[in-house]
Amino acid sequence: MTSAPVTGGDGFAPLPPVSALELDRRHFRRRQTTKSLFVSLGSTVLFATVIAIVLANSPGWQIARDTFFNPDYFWSSFPKVWHGLLLNLRVLVVSVIGVAIVATLLASIRSLRGAVFFPLRFLAAAYTDLFRGTPFLIVLYLIGFGVPALGFNDRPIDAAVLGTIALVLSYSAYVAEVLRAGIEAVHPSQRLAARSLGLSHYRSLTLIVLPQALRKVTPALMNDFVSMQKDVGLISVLGAVDAIRAAQNLTALSYNYTPYVVAGLMFVALSWPFIRLTDWISARQQRREQMGGAV
Amino acid sequence: MPEHLLDIRGVVKKFDANPVLRGIDLSVDAHEVVVLIGASGSGKSTLLRTINLLERVDDGQIFVDGQDVTDPRVKGDAVRANIGVVFQHYNLFPHLSVLSNVTLALRKVHGVAKDTANERGLALLDRIGLAAKANDYPDRLSGGQQQRVAIARAIATNPVLLLLDEITSALDPQLVGEVLDLVTELKEQGSTILMATHEIGFARKVADRVVFLKGGVIVEQGPPAQILENPVEPETQEFLSRVMR
Ligand SMILES: Nc1ncnc2c1ncn2[C@@H]1O[C@H](COP(=O)(O)OP(=O)(O)OP(=O)(O)O)[C@@H](O)[C@H]1O
Ligand SMILES: [Mg+2]
Repeated sequence: MTSAPVTGGDGFAPLPPVSALELDRRHFRRRQTTKSLFVSLGSTVLFATVIAIVLANSPGWQIARDTFFNPDYFWSSFPKVWHGLLLNLRVLVVSVIGVAIVATLLASIRSLRGAVFFPLRFLAAAYTDLFRGTPFLIVLYLIGFGVPALGFNDRPIDAAVLGTIALVLSYSAYVAEVLRAGIEAVHPSQRLAARSLGLSHYRSLTLIVLPQALRKVTPALMNDFVSMQKDVGLISVLGAVDAIRAAQNLTALSYNYTPYVVAGLMFVALSWPFIRLTDWISARQQRREQMGGAV
Repeated sequence: MPEHLLDIRGVVKKFDANPVLRGIDLSVDAHEVVVLIGASGSGKSTLLRTINLLERVDDGQIFVDGQDVTDPRVKGDAVRANIGVVFQHYNLFPHLSVLSNVTLALRKVHGVAKDTANERGLALLDRIGLAAKANDYPDRLSGGQQQRVAIARAIATNPVLLLLDEITSALDPQLVGEVLDLVTELKEQGSTILMATHEIGFARKVADRVVFLKGGVIVEQGPPAQILENPVEPETQEFLSRVMR
């Protein structure tokens, strides 16, 4: 810790060197931090040890380990499950784009004012209510088996495509509501200020209201994204050969469940960076909002 | 044909059944500064908001630069693009830098190229002494600085008319001066201004004409010396004795 005086290039007198009192306080805070770190580290290790001992001493541990955590099956199933995961990823990317477009439209329609737009607002509200209330699995079945039954196409439609449609339909309803909450959290005076400059309704929405709304709901949106990341695995029920379906196929051959664990770990690994990022962004936003406060 | 820059004729505005403006007749000439005074709830803000069509009138007409802006065929956005407004609570856009706030209307409404707009924006910020803050975000500025930026934003497009609604009443007393100085400067440069204020002292200094509003009607208007020193109407006398104590 250097205590060189801060030179004032701004015309103010330089600050005096940091006082001994402050140095002492900093030293104390650092020691406290180190102490808490060791306490939490110790308790974590203790907790993990207890779990391990309980598991290893349970009567069925031997069998459970061989059927779920068999290293041979783990490595041999890895390539096929990984290949399946690539399908999940492709579906995810397309769905996210679809959701972004549909949800923004829905939210914008729901925040239109004026009696003229009542039918549009009503339709958008009915849509979000319906799809937010319906379990995703049911939407998936209805789209996955219902749309082909309509017989518009001569050739069967790819299960992954149907799954993507179901994901977009369902998640757009959730995301639209999050966006609408964000739009409503932007103070009306912002819209008035924008309109006063001569910006149109559409320009005010896209240049002023939506950017502020997005900032306000970023953590909530990222949560929806994380939950979408694992729900893409459900497209396997339509027969798309994704990571879960690949694991299921392998399990059917060997009666060993390790491939499911492989698939599960892959999904966790996929979502983990985003979960951390979400946490980091929420924490940063909170810090900004209580800027200057020590508590 | 109306020869005034702003001509308000018999304007009525109701909120539900409650009449807030009860037939206002008021005109403002080019380069004139007209100050609206009156108690809270007398309709000052509502009158300003009807002029730039943020509120729709229930009767009467408003001419801006010869054009009847209450005609439903007139495009509101085009009218608003020619009128600068400054609000009590600045209402800067928090997600845009100070410079972007000032240049937004130039670029997105008037189609000025980005470089030209930035050049003009910087010159304007320089004039109000805030060029150093061009790339900061509004929440880093003091209230007085934010309000000066809001004024710069309103005049960036050279509007024909400026509407100022109690632009100092959210400010600490020591910041009021810097904002009022800027308004005085605008007056000297020939801006046409209609402003609502509670700063009677400032009204006396800057106004060409003072208009006293009560219960949605104009009770009395005239030069500041007459209205503020020797008002004729007892209602004006009562209001002034209350605010000046
Ligand atoms: N959107 C609205 N809906 C209903 N009533 C309103 C609305 N806006 C204003 N009013 C009413 O109109 C009247 C005049 O309000 P206005 O804001 O014009 O007063 P003001 O003279 O600007 O007062 P102040 O000095 O407090 O700003 C008030 O009685 C207010 O309650
Ligand atoms: Mg007001």
